[in-house]
Amino acid sequence: MLTKRIIACLDMDGGRVVKGVRFKNLRDAGDPAECATAHARNGADEIVLLDITATSANRRTLLDAVRSTARSLFVPFTVGGGIRQLEDAAAVFDAGADKIAINSAAVRDPALIGGIAGRFGSQAVVVAIDARRRVDGSSDKRFEVFVAGGRTPTGRDAIQWAREAAACGAGEILLTSMDRDGTQSGFDCQLVREVAEAVSIPVIASGGAGSPRDFIEVFRDGRADAALAASIFHFGIENIAQLKHELRDAGVAVRWPC
Amino acid sequence: MIAIVDYGAGNLNSVKKAFDYLGAEVVVTDQPETVATAEKIVFPGVGHFSSLQALNRTGLREALLQAAGASKPLLGICLGMQWLFEGSEECAEVAGAGIFPGRCRQFPSSVKSPHVGWNSLRVQQGSQLLRGIAQDSFVYYTHSFHAPVVAGMAAASEYGLQFAGAVERGNIFGVQFHPEKSGEVGLSILKNFCEV
Repeated sequence: MLTKRIIACLDMDGGRVVKGVRFKNLRDAGDPAECATAHARNGADEIVLLDITATSANRRTLLDAVRSTARSLFVPFTVGGGIRQLEDAAAVFDAGADKIAINSAAVRDPALIGGIAGRFGSQAVVVAIDARRRVDGSSDKRFEVFVAGGRTPTGRDAIQWAREAAACGAGEILLTSMDRDGTQSGFDCQLVREVAEAVSIPVIASGGAGSPRDFIEVFRDGRADAALAASIFHFGIENIAQLKHELRDAGVAVRWPC
Repeated sequence: MIAIVDYGAGNLNSVKKAFDYLGAEVVVTDQPETVATAEKIVFPGVGHFSSLQALNRTGLREALLQAAGASKPLLGICLGMQWLFEGSEECAEVAGAGIFPGRCRQFPSSVKSPHVGWNSLRVQQGSQLLRGIAQDSFVYYTHSFHAPVVAGMAAASEYGLQFAGAVERGNIFGVQFHPEKSGEVGLSILKNFCEV
């Protein structure tokens, strides 16, 4: 039986894993390679490494971190942040990533999705979408896409953009609720469900994980294929092995033992 | 020496890295001559079935078929396993090796496609490749087309229907999943291949 995936996300800044609340107030959480191996040993089904302050100066740091993390990691490994063109993606694959995540660059140039998928396969292309609920609540565009690490609104509808990204050749959607990111108040199940029902590719829910119940809800009500969390895993609030036990007890199929 | 066949599609780093980790002597090659002299051959595939057209152009198809015929252990991974069959619905014009009967097909519309994630294996008895692998072990899949259930099936998985997760006949092995991304279970399978 296909299981629901639990993905540990490492937000990286200057070669270190960090975690903030609503994309701000960063705290140090360790070395990427050590964090990734520890999470995988503890039952993480997949590791995502995001360079959250990606700049060209940081590019070498990112590639070094990818290389050292990939060396002893034998579960799927996704890398995102600062990938603007095909050559950037190629360098990240060459350093050992299995998939790349693109966000701002895909919004700017949707053809980039197909370009990378054409060379490395759709399974290697994750389109990351940062979405926020509109405060005015007007119109049917209820979730707006933001780019540049959540700093720039695009005026685009998240569900529509997910559909377009899938049509362009994306293999998965990594969907982050900016409203819930780092708050540990639960995933935005409504957002996740709308996107999951709009596309046939897997949807990874992100933003808001705080308790096992949140994961159960996003798999059942949100129809997520995978759920991603960062802070609760790094700071030991939630243990992945324990989380999987609770999911299994609740009737959610998970990979265990690993 | 194990030759990992590079026909110009996708990223073979992860496969090489896993064999390196196991201490195996591996070389990534696009040369038919290197394939011919290798003791064992790994053929990882990724992407669209049409990309296998490149095998015909480069002489790699002949090299792979000769190695298979000469009883050299050959492991097809993902699209590389699909190639061991007669062909695929994904691209009717490109022929597979025809070592296993039947064609690869799309998943039924009752399930989302592609099939991505960790799924369990129903292991058949007597497989060399899956020796010591526990029943219902989890492996990582990512694919849109699946190989049919055949006589040489070494393990089955379920996703909307039952399909071949692994096949085996004599020196020929195929896995639809990615052993290089399947944690300890996957590494054990690759180790078994090294020891065949």
